[in-house]
Amino acid sequence: MSVDTATVAKIASLARIKVSDGELEAMVPELNGILAWVEQLGEVDVTGVEPMTAVIPNTLRLRDDAVTDGGIRDAVLANAPAPEHGFFGVPKVIE
Amino acid sequence: MTDLTDLTVADIREGVAGGSFTAVEVAEAFNTAVAEAQAALNAFIVTTPDAALEAARKVDADRAAGKALGPMAGVPIGMKDLFATKGVQTTAASHILEGFTPEYESTVSQKLWDAGAGMLGKLNLDQFAMGSSNETSAYGKVISPWRKSGDEAALAPGGSSGGSSAAIAARLCPAATGTDTGGSIRQPAAFTGISGIKPTYGRCSRWGIVAFASSLDQAGPMARTVRDCAIMLEAMAGFDPKDSTSLDLPVPQWEAGLDASLAGKKVGIPREYRMDGMDAEVAKSWDEGIAWLKDAGAEVVDISLPHTKYALPTYYIIAPAEASSNLARYDGVRYGLRDLPDGANLQDMYAATRAAGFGPEVKRRILIGTYVLSAGFYDAYYTQAQKVRALISRDFAAAFNHCDVILAPTTPTAAFALGENSDDPLAMYLNDVFSVPASLAGLPAMSVPAGINSQGLPLGLQIIGRPFDEQGVLNAGLAIEQRAGFAAKPARWW
Repeated sequence: MSVDTATVAKIASLARIKVSDGELEAMVPELNGILAWVEQLGEVDVTGVEPMTAVIPNTLRLRDDAVTDGGIRDAVLANAPAPEHGFFGVPKVIE
Repeated sequence: MTDLTDLTVADIREGVAGGSFTAVEVAEAFNTAVAEAQAALNAFIVTTPDAALEAARKVDADRAAGKALGPMAGVPIGMKDLFATKGVQTTAASHILEGFTPEYESTVSQKLWDAGAGMLGKLNLDQFAMGSSNETSAYGKVISPWRKSGDEAALAPGGSSGGSSAAIAARLCPAATGTDTGGSIRQPAAFTGISGIKPTYGRCSRWGIVAFASSLDQAGPMARTVRDCAIMLEAMAGFDPKDSTSLDLPVPQWEAGLDASLAGKKVGIPREYRMDGMDAEVAKSWDEGIAWLKDAGAEVVDISLPHTKYALPTYYIIAPAEASSNLARYDGVRYGLRDLPDGANLQDMYAATRAAGFGPEVKRRILIGTYVLSAGFYDAYYTQAQKVRALISRDFAAAFNHCDVILAPTTPTAAFALGENSDDPLAMYLNDVFSVPASLAGLPAMSVPAGINSQGLPLGLQIIGRPFDEQGVLNAGLAIEQRAGFAAKPARWW
């Protein structure tokens, strides 16, 4: 499978990365080179093989359903680029 | 007096505890070395001489008061700028996190401070740990202290932990933290003539480490000796309830368990790693390593890891897929950069922020990851890669029925020149051909210096062990270290 300019533009949009037309043109052959190379995995016989989900067998723990954190609003907002009135500020999203 | 910056972690710990010198004297010596080298090597993004002094003063005061000293007491270290450090800028070498000053401390760095270590500064790296040469940092390339004989061309210190490797090799710190996703501890260690170990996945908490590919990321120590790696790994490792994949196991006493006698041990030599067109000096160094381990009492056996050639393409699906998901958090809302063009709506702000904040290699990997996870392609790429990953892991499990550790080169070549591979992503990715398989299988693996090639550059050997058998890896590393007698250091030109 190979990608064209429209596909790369679509991926960039899904990834929320603005790309210029010039960048798009440059990315198409780069991504195609990488995709052509990873496609060699298709030749591996994986019949009956389960996809790996945990590299080291481990059980997911459950912790007590207790409040262990909180009350740190100012710390949470300390690095926000535009905090307002104790909230994260964003451009208007409702018309 | 001996040059304090030439001492190992073990030497410094003993000297401070025994009163041969104070922790403050050590911190001052390294602070000076860091300051003198910064313009030439660019190993640090931020230096923190006051933090190093403050930690040292506390150690000296504790000693004067007769208090017990920690296992890293008086040892100033470098902290890869991927670990969140409270009150000290943490960037992952990306513009998108410029100015980010965490309100919390990563588990691993906190453990090191609790053990008595001090921080000399935050070390440069490839942006979001994506790279093998340190050229993708938004804060400038790190220059290796090593140079080819009779040649002043700037060489890569390896990556992504290239600030760590350069700083240790240049005697700017006796040890540093690294992180390894596909070889980011081992490859830079090999390029700069130092040691480094990636422990079993889950040994070191990932909490507070900027995430790249969460099923692969592991922290580990980098230092000049195997003993120092053992000391520091003991301080870094341990169960952490804040990391869902943290191993709930006691931390072994790796330093006390060091033993270079390999009698009764079997060392596997994977035939698939002996590739066509292999660098002759790397092949020779591997043969020397085999002879050294035999000399240490081990039996050498031929093993097969049949899916080796598929490890890199598997990695370059899984790692970008996880990265595209992990890096979705950089949105210009909660922390880091915000780029809000005039009249932009929320979606425009996300896209503009990420365009301005991420470097080209990071964007490339996010796009690859987004593509392989997108509807219609998920099974063909991502599921297939996770199946092949299972086969790669099975290869190792089968091989460990016949051997205790595996010996291989760390890298296909010695350090390359800066700029040599930067225009060709695939050529750069191939650097990790020997290190990625152990990462995919979550196995402990380390690189130790093995010698110097004909151009005067270090070569490393890699030891891969069974899950949880860091001790076996360290012991084989020690056996090589004792026989290689690696004493070369870069001539100071900075």
